[in-house]
Amino acid sequence: MKFEVNEHGYYGNYGGAYIPEMLFPNVQELKEKYLLIMNDASFKEEFDLLLKDYVGRPSPLYYASRLSVHYKTKIYLKREDLNHTGAHKINNTLGQILLAKRLGKTRIIAETGAGQHGVATATVCALMGLKCIVYMGEIDIERQAPNVARMKLLGAEVIPATSGSKTLKDATNEAIRDWINNPVDTYYIIGSVVGPHPYPDMVAKFQSVISEEIKTQLKEKTGKEDPDFVIACVGGGSNAAGAFYHFLDSGNVKLIAVEAAGKGVDSGHSAATSILGKPGIIHGSKTLLMQTFDGQITEPYSISAGLDYPGVGPIHAHLFETGRATFASITDEEALEAAYLLCELEGIIPALESAHAFAHLKYLNAKPDEIVVINLSGRGDKDLATYIRHKDLANE
Amino acid sequence: MNKLNQLFSKKNKNILSVYFTAGFPKLDDTAEILSELLTNGVDMIEVGMPFSDPLADGAVIQRSSEQALQNGMSIAKLFDQLKNNSIKSSSAVLLMGYLNPVLQYGMEKFCKDASGLGISGVIIPDLPLHEYTLHYKELFEKYDLANIFLITPQTSESRIRLIDDCSSGFIYVVSSASTTGAKGQIEQSQEEYFERIRSMNLKNPLMIGFGISDSKTFTKACEYANGAIIGSAFVKALSGSNDLKASVNKFITEIRN
Repeated sequence: MKFEVNEHGYYGNYGGAYIPEMLFPNVQELKEKYLLIMNDASFKEEFDLLLKDYVGRPSPLYYASRLSVHYKTKIYLKREDLNHTGAHKINNTLGQILLAKRLGKTRIIAETGAGQHGVATATVCALMGLKCIVYMGEIDIERQAPNVARMKLLGAEVIPATSGSKTLKDATNEAIRDWINNPVDTYYIIGSVVGPHPYPDMVAKFQSVISEEIKTQLKEKTGKEDPDFVIACVGGGSNAAGAFYHFLDSGNVKLIAVEAAGKGVDSGHSAATSILGKPGIIHGSKTLLMQTFDGQITEPYSISAGLDYPGVGPIHAHLFETGRATFASITDEEALEAAYLLCELEGIIPALESAHAFAHLKYLNAKPDEIVVINLSGRGDKDLATYIRHKDLANE
Repeated sequence: MNKLNQLFSKKNKNILSVYFTAGFPKLDDTAEILSELLTNGVDMIEVGMPFSDPLADGAVIQRSSEQALQNGMSIAKLFDQLKNNSIKSSSAVLLMGYLNPVLQYGMEKFCKDASGLGISGVIIPDLPLHEYTLHYKELFEKYDLANIFLITPQTSESRIRLIDDCSSGFIYVVSSASTTGAKGQIEQSQEEYFERIRSMNLKNPLMIGFGISDSKTFTKACEYANGAIIGSAFVKALSGSNDLKASVNKFITEIRN
């Protein structure tokens, strides 16, 4: 495949493993073994069985007929929101925890922003009986209390990240520092297609089940495997990587990555990394990232905590640079409107992150007979308070 | 001959290297701290270039970096502060920081300007051997800058040999699996690790750092290496200081005793 990572861990100009020497043995071990383990028949069998019986896969591909009428095209929703724990995140945490077990690790660490990846990690740790520590920014702990409670109920220890801006990027820093301090027994489950090689490739491969299923399901429903468009939201970019993966080499499939414009791309409160970012190094990989003139990493903003990341996975930086994917951005307001519309027309409350992908439909101009697949990456339960608050404000 | 090599050829025991964060506690303190360290006979100085996300650092250096950035520190500002002959012709001064600010400054410009200011070497923890060799080695050599690599208790023997082959200046022996900051004392297992490294008879001098905070830990580390590096403890000593000159003198005197 043209968009596979190369032997040095690069997608074109992006990727690599910019890690302190303290992490070298762990990352090297992972690099040497992840493909062997993932391709092992018994690993695949165990992973596939758990995806089916525990996660509830395959997730449905649903023809959204009323939404299709509204936008005058054919819209299918990939229902990752129906997975156990309510989002695509568990595809990855399940894969990585099986891998961690095969590496003989006994202590699991993770970072989380909104708490979805933290919950998905705490869940699989409970499933496997492994100790789980989740780093979460102090500010995110305050604004995502229900997910903190879920993690604790599942037996995880939630440690507040009090450095820097006290959000996702700082939680990631703290998780990396924990790994530096615990190099022997600990495995770090990264939640997106970010971090040093081989993480971006490994996470993309675990999430690629999404596009694998889309192909099969679309063929059953329409007679052809390839849609005209695949749309997914991008923060770090794991759900998009999974939804795009098996279409990357099919040039006739238009891939659209939707970033969070926040209060507007030029407002100073945005997370539209492809527009606002420059090449640089964050959390171990070379990618596009939002930073000051002299290379300090800046704090992004989005109403959705899951898109609130100053970088983007190196695979997406490459898709952006090569033009293989089109990058769009959607404001907070547009995302909220799209979420309300989906509630009204389809009876589905999407995660705020996924709502960004839906909001792009109004700019798409798809033809009536074209097929659009939207990755509905998560459900909106965690965002109820935000949805209700904004609805009330609008009604005042 | 690079000033680091000159230093190690003149002196091979009890070399004291001290780290401080540029622009901390106040933006314009950099030159004064540097000159006081030299006055007090410190052998080697590591000037920290602050970064918003210092992954390998503990709380003390994180906070000093944050403060320095708030004060307005940047690589351009630092180079400006070092322009007025702060670095004497004989003193071995290194820059320590993270890759992203250096990349934004421009790697070639960085190497050229640093070298022009009399800097002898660079320590960039998130620029590992592989990426360095792939992308930047030629530039460092062109401007006679040593790129200092770290080894840790988990680094394999074969990798230590490889790092030794690719190093110039010295090898930075990270004293334990940890981020920077004081641990209080040196454990038996650390001494066994230091002994293991010493007995490998590497080509490059060894400097032990991380967790070296006082006279006791400094002296102990020096039993196994050519010298040791103190960072967080010194930064901490500066943080509440009203009189930098006195604070530096007091700190260094205590270490040397």
